[in-house]
Amino acid sequence: MAERILMKGNEAIAEAAIRAGCRHYFGYPITPQTEIAAYMAKKMPKIGGVFLQAESEIASINMVYGAAAAGMRVMTSSSSPGISLKSEGLSYIAGSDVPAFVVNVQRGGPGLGGIQPSQSDYFQATKGGGHGDYHMIVLAPASVQEMASLTIKGFNLADKYRMTSMILADGTIGQMMEPISFEDAEIESYDKPWALTGTGMQRKHNIVNSLYLKPDELERTNFARFEKYKTIEENEALYEAYRMEDAEICVVAFGIASRVAKNAVAAARNEGVKVGLIRPITLWPFPKKALRQAAEQVKAFVSVELNMGQMIDDIRLATECTRPVSLCNRTGGMIPSPDQVLESIREAAKGVN
Amino acid sequence: MAVVFQKPHALTDAVLHYCPGCPHGIIHRLVAEAIDNLGIEGRTIGVAPVGCAVMAYDYFSCDMLEAAHGRAPASATGIKRCRPECIVFTYQGDGDLASIGMAETVHAAARNENITVIFVNNAIYGMTGGQMAPTSLPGQVTQTSPYGRDVNHCGWPIRVCELLSTLEGPEYVARVAVNNVKNVKAAGKAIEKAFRNQVENKGFSLVEVVSACPTNWGMTPQKALEWVESDMIPYYPLGVYKDRTAAKEAEQK
Amino acid sequence: MKTTQILIAGFGGQGILFAGKFLAYKGLLEDLQVSWLPSYGPEMRGGTANCNVILSDDPVGSPIITSPDVLIVMNLPSLQKYVDTVVPGGQIYVDSTLIGEKVTRSDVQVFYIPATQMAGDAGVSTLANMIMMGCVLKNNPELSFDGTDETVRKLVPPKKAALVDLNLKALELGRDYEG
Repeated sequence: MAERILMKGNEAIAEAAIRAGCRHYFGYPITPQTEIAAYMAKKMPKIGGVFLQAESEIASINMVYGAAAAGMRVMTSSSSPGISLKSEGLSYIAGSDVPAFVVNVQRGGPGLGGIQPSQSDYFQATKGGGHGDYHMIVLAPASVQEMASLTIKGFNLADKYRMTSMILADGTIGQMMEPISFEDAEIESYDKPWALTGTGMQRKHNIVNSLYLKPDELERTNFARFEKYKTIEENEALYEAYRMEDAEICVVAFGIASRVAKNAVAAARNEGVKVGLIRPITLWPFPKKALRQAAEQVKAFVSVELNMGQMIDDIRLATECTRPVSLCNRTGGMIPSPDQVLESIREAAKGVN
Repeated sequence: MAVVFQKPHALTDAVLHYCPGCPHGIIHRLVAEAIDNLGIEGRTIGVAPVGCAVMAYDYFSCDMLEAAHGRAPASATGIKRCRPECIVFTYQGDGDLASIGMAETVHAAARNENITVIFVNNAIYGMTGGQMAPTSLPGQVTQTSPYGRDVNHCGWPIRVCELLSTLEGPEYVARVAVNNVKNVKAAGKAIEKAFRNQVENKGFSLVEVVSACPTNWGMTPQKALEWVESDMIPYYPLGVYKDRTAAKEAEQK
Repeated sequence: MKTTQILIAGFGGQGILFAGKFLAYKGLLEDLQVSWLPSYGPEMRGGTANCNVILSDDPVGSPIITSPDVLIVMNLPSLQKYVDTVVPGGQIYVDSTLIGEKVTRSDVQVFYIPATQMAGDAGVSTLANMIMMGCVLKNNPELSFDGTDETVRKLVPPKKAALVDLNLKALELGRDYEG
């Protein structure tokens, strides 16, 4: 096994991106993700890569758009307000079917909000954010190790499906250090015959474009894109199940919330409450099947979130409201304590008995 | 029979969608001729704007990207940084470059990004039907300045070449026009120079082309070209605003 | 199964995060599971800083500490803020140069170390944090004092190699302090 080293979550993303073959980074400073840019600024020039601090988030995502269209593995990173600014570009990237890798280390909102950890961009990430019918693959790491492994996966999925994959992390996972080991990254390589490389006078020109003035053409393009999305929903959903074997209560949480929830689940088990945890690793595609199966087994769900209740809607949809779903949440940069989650589990268990 | 004129190779056979009398066709040809003359079509990547030239990607034979409104210099930066061996140009109008995309323009110039920017200034938003542009003249009547551009209310037109030439960054900044044969020839030379600069790795080169919009100006094509001469050029004087290499050479002499 | 939750708090600039990193690296070298979580953002600029370090035989659950087993405080506001959160039977380490108040709880073990004074006297005035760490190591059997050398070397960048010995000296001062 590779050596265990201590690393911040943000740095783990940067290092993993480089290992995934990313040589182009365009960004704009914002807390709490600045370590990613700092790491890239230091490393890229030494390995023949490009780090460029853009004049704005808008410019940086459009640089990503250009670089992605040119067929390169490219990334940007930001935090909530910056992602709002990048959303225009994300919509173009989706409409043009080019692969990009984007990191959102979330902070509290709306508006300028705060800088403490949050998960309040769940809707923005999973339901669009920019205009138009589109999706991004959304990956939610819960540890520094996953910051790295999901980054590598993110680049692979982006290339595989020619779309954006986004890491949806939060300030805690970004700032914390944990031991991590870098196994050899599995870099999948995909041909990019559509990329802008110059025709070399050998082929017809490639056009990377999201404009379709004829409605029937645009409709066809959207239908085709959603066929692709369907394939992704069938094949790429990821989750972790923890102590679900005989569970009667299912806690659902992702990212940092799942870490807190795990402590609470263990504490509740000690009290004899039959409770388990499902941790979605992909937020889009949402692990609907796992939730649907859980609904046949458990009597109630508890959604633990660092927002006013966003993922809870997806739980209700996945389970078709066949079981009650309660919300255990903090927001604005606050994090629920294991005790608060434990109390929510007890409440849910009362309803069961 | 001798061929006296032919369509440049860097233009496709697609039929242009521009209005009758619109100079975009001339400017497209000048760009394509520069690409032909330099023999760079196979390694050129163009970036189209949002505006009248939005479908330029169908007209140039090289690889093309359609950018978001105003962001062409940023997307061109992304391409150029990935493929420095390619020749990357943007083709933008006044709303795209000087209003919504001003930050991208100024910063690409400040970085001396090694790209070529073709900036078509016709003092109006054409695609959306004739609204006031950042370069609309004082008093100019448009759909959104129906009583004439009131500078006390909505400010003064922006002279892009003058503004950019205050920066250390850019290599070459020049303003040309396409209202008569002489000016079209000079414009062609400037555009070719802007591409050659990139081939020679000299850096950011922008050519502002003072153009016309007969349709939205409400003029005949002939009258529009006259208005370019009588009203546009006095406000936007033609000439080279910055040429770092020429300045250096002059200094050495 | 043993998990130790350590909360270190003080002013920005006292080396609070560095001290936490030291413990995290120490744990890493002893093959423990570790997490290190700093406070971050503008509050760090001359304001209060704290960091959460968890050392465990098992994978770390939440990295956020609400009830520390060990509290190390280097200013009064931090003592006041966290004193009641320490678990019964836990430890509190107080820099008594900077904190005049005494801990009134009787269900915790309290160590008063005049670390800032000691650091000044020994000519390592910026390393009061490491004097505190030396004391923490001595009183926590799961963390041995062996290997501090290697740990410090991991932490101090090669450019500042001269600081390694000073850090080790500060750690020893803390270890040898008899309050």
